[in-house]
Amino acid sequence: MTDYKNLKLIATSSPHIRAAENTRSIMLDVIIAMLPALVYAVWAFGLRALTVTCASVIFCMAWEWVYRKLMKKNQAVGDLSAVVTGMLLAFVCPVGVTYFALFVGSFFSIVVAKQLFGGIGKNFVNPALVGRAMMVASFAGNMTTWAKFQATSHLFGSNADTVTAATPMAYLHTNNLQGLLDSGVTMTDMFLGRIGGSIGEISALMLIAGGIYLLARKVISWQTPVGYIATVVVLTLIFPRGNDAITWMLFNLLGGGLLLGAFFMATDYATSPVTPTGQLIYGIGCGLITIFIRYFGSYNEGVCYSILVMNLLTALIDKYVKPQRFGVVKSDKKEAASK
Amino acid sequence: MAQAFFGGVHPHDMKAATNEKAIEQLAPPAEVVIPMSMHFGAPCAPLVKAGDHVKVGQKIGEFRGLGAPIHASVSGTVKAVEPRPYSMGGNMTAIVIENDMKNELSEEIKAPANPSALTVEEMVEIVKEAGIVGMGGATFPTHVKISGGIGKVDTVIINGAECEPYITGDHRAMLERPEEVIGGAIYLAKMFGVDKVVIGVEDNKRDGIDAMNRVIAEKHAPVVVEPLRCRYPQGGEKQLCQAVTGKQVPPGGLPSAIGCAVFNINTTCAIYRAITQGMPVVTKVVTVSGSGVIDPKNLECPIGTPVANLLDACGGLKDGTYKLIAGGPMMGMAQYTADIPVAKGTGAVLAFCENEEQTVEHPQCIRCGKCVSVCPVKLEPLFMYQYASKGMTEELNAANIMDCMECGACSYICPARIHLTHMFKTGKQLVKDKAAADKAAAEKAAALADKTQKKEA
Repeated sequence: MTDYKNLKLIATSSPHIRAAENTRSIMLDVIIAMLPALVYAVWAFGLRALTVTCASVIFCMAWEWVYRKLMKKNQAVGDLSAVVTGMLLAFVCPVGVTYFALFVGSFFSIVVAKQLFGGIGKNFVNPALVGRAMMVASFAGNMTTWAKFQATSHLFGSNADTVTAATPMAYLHTNNLQGLLDSGVTMTDMFLGRIGGSIGEISALMLIAGGIYLLARKVISWQTPVGYIATVVVLTLIFPRGNDAITWMLFNLLGGGLLLGAFFMATDYATSPVTPTGQLIYGIGCGLITIFIRYFGSYNEGVCYSILVMNLLTALIDKYVKPQRFGVVKSDKKEAASK
Repeated sequence: MAQAFFGGVHPHDMKAATNEKAIEQLAPPAEVVIPMSMHFGAPCAPLVKAGDHVKVGQKIGEFRGLGAPIHASVSGTVKAVEPRPYSMGGNMTAIVIENDMKNELSEEIKAPANPSALTVEEMVEIVKEAGIVGMGGATFPTHVKISGGIGKVDTVIINGAECEPYITGDHRAMLERPEEVIGGAIYLAKMFGVDKVVIGVEDNKRDGIDAMNRVIAEKHAPVVVEPLRCRYPQGGEKQLCQAVTGKQVPPGGLPSAIGCAVFNINTTCAIYRAITQGMPVVTKVVTVSGSGVIDPKNLECPIGTPVANLLDACGGLKDGTYKLIAGGPMMGMAQYTADIPVAKGTGAVLAFCENEEQTVEHPQCIRCGKCVSVCPVKLEPLFMYQYASKGMTEELNAANIMDCMECGACSYICPARIHLTHMFKTGKQLVKDKAAADKAAAEKAAALADKTQKKEA
């Protein structure tokens, strides 16, 4: 029979059971959700899309490991968040990006944006987007040279001979929807991703598939992507550039990094609000700024900076958007206010 | 129609281990240890001393203020009145009775001649004298709840949610003792003067719902069984009120503020036994389960039975058992010793030997906001955690930490495995201490001002 006097018992506070889901499994889900877009990118841009993504992931993990080692902090590479950052960073770069540019970008992503502020969950701006912003500023030519769809690029060395083309966003930015259509790009091309652009952003279909996976796994909630996308849809419908509002709206929706941003970037936990209402406001804000930049800015693309700006407003949103306290019904509140 | 309460989680219910096992009577223990605190309120004063002979049902502890009396659960000789470990942590004055195995019934126990002719006051008095407290684990004295609610309450709710994983005592009571549940519900309806009682049951207990519906039909009882969608913490008093009526209990308030009163299934059974048989609370149905238990069971045993007796009746513990819990896995208390007795609120004894707890070494919040979305009282645990860990009492107060009922949903869901609930228990104490300190300081200042005024005069 059991010797009850000599049990080795741990007395901790309740609850004594935990859900199966943990940080690592969430990050793994995000990685899985990005795989369709990655596979598609390899088909669209060749094997270099894969080597660039792998390099970015390796750089990010290395920076994280080295920083935490030097700072004598516990190692946290196992939580896979650096892998997610690495993949996202590669996804927002053109396939011809140099490995050196990624090396620098990943430093800003992991060390400057994330680790200096305390590591996972403590960063207040999206690491991948910080990395991209720094790379656009530092390697402007390299970061804005877009390989044509299914043009061959070399795995290593110069890619000066790769066939390049303007992305749909360049046409849209100059309000030249007709020019884009005349160049032979159809709506189907936009939806499937038979266009030029950043590694991970071209196929709307694959991104939507990944987004649905994240929503189904409850990794992300609907508020941010829906708020974001709906704002872009409504604004482009109300203020179309060209005769066909619907076509203009759909090209804006499917072109550029909007879907990648809405499903994978804006939903980043650390840099978005925690309440559902807050997330909706944040998503709408992202949509507003995206359209502002696309319409009035000097950049073709507004997703990256719109999310970075809204990241900065997250703390403010979290401060003022609180859940309705349990037991205080709205009518009671009004009564109390009128008293 | 049943509605939803806010937030909540879906832990695996783990009830399959015991939900098809009938309640077994435990072999009488050689000795019982009855702690003088088994209720919400001050401990009882012992009425017996070492050497006294006691009989089953004899009152051995009297309450002061808020509380309920305590009765001998076996007949025999009082061996000692001394502090013993109990399930709430630490030691508590306890009456140790050596069982003479005669099971003699006390003369104090008399079944009312005509239970249906009793007045409301008489019924409440019987409930009080029977030492009935909330058997779901909160152990609030039932007579106080009834007398405080008469006149205010229009909806009497019987709590059959049993939302904590593993526990099946209420489920088995519904199946095996539906006439006690329904009978108790009828007496509650009489006491409150309402014409309908609602029994809220989670829909993983379909057979229990059917069993009670059969009795309701037979007796034409004014009782309705309301199936609820499974979710933790459905059995929280405020959550059950919300699920059944759609109304929210105001912060810091009791369910009576929205016209509700909630009673647990086994509490209702106890009310029935007290009114029809005059029997006080001397036994308890305990679910013994968990990965560390060899043969999980539902056992009925005298109050004060050592937990080791229950575990032995279930084949003992597996090697590597690292945790012993009195209560459910979400809100129960982890024990540092197996040397504790079954109390009135002990609905389960769980032993774990697998990786149920999944502790990690360096938990780091990833701000996923899952804690916010599961909180049934709409708090923001991730922010409260930061305030509490830094001792920021004003911010804690502003974040409504006192609304936290420590249900554990946030800790359960947290992917970073942060000990949120634990921190809130500490945080609530900080807020209470701060309020007490402020009050003392204000009184001191007032006294000083008074003194100087007098001096000046």
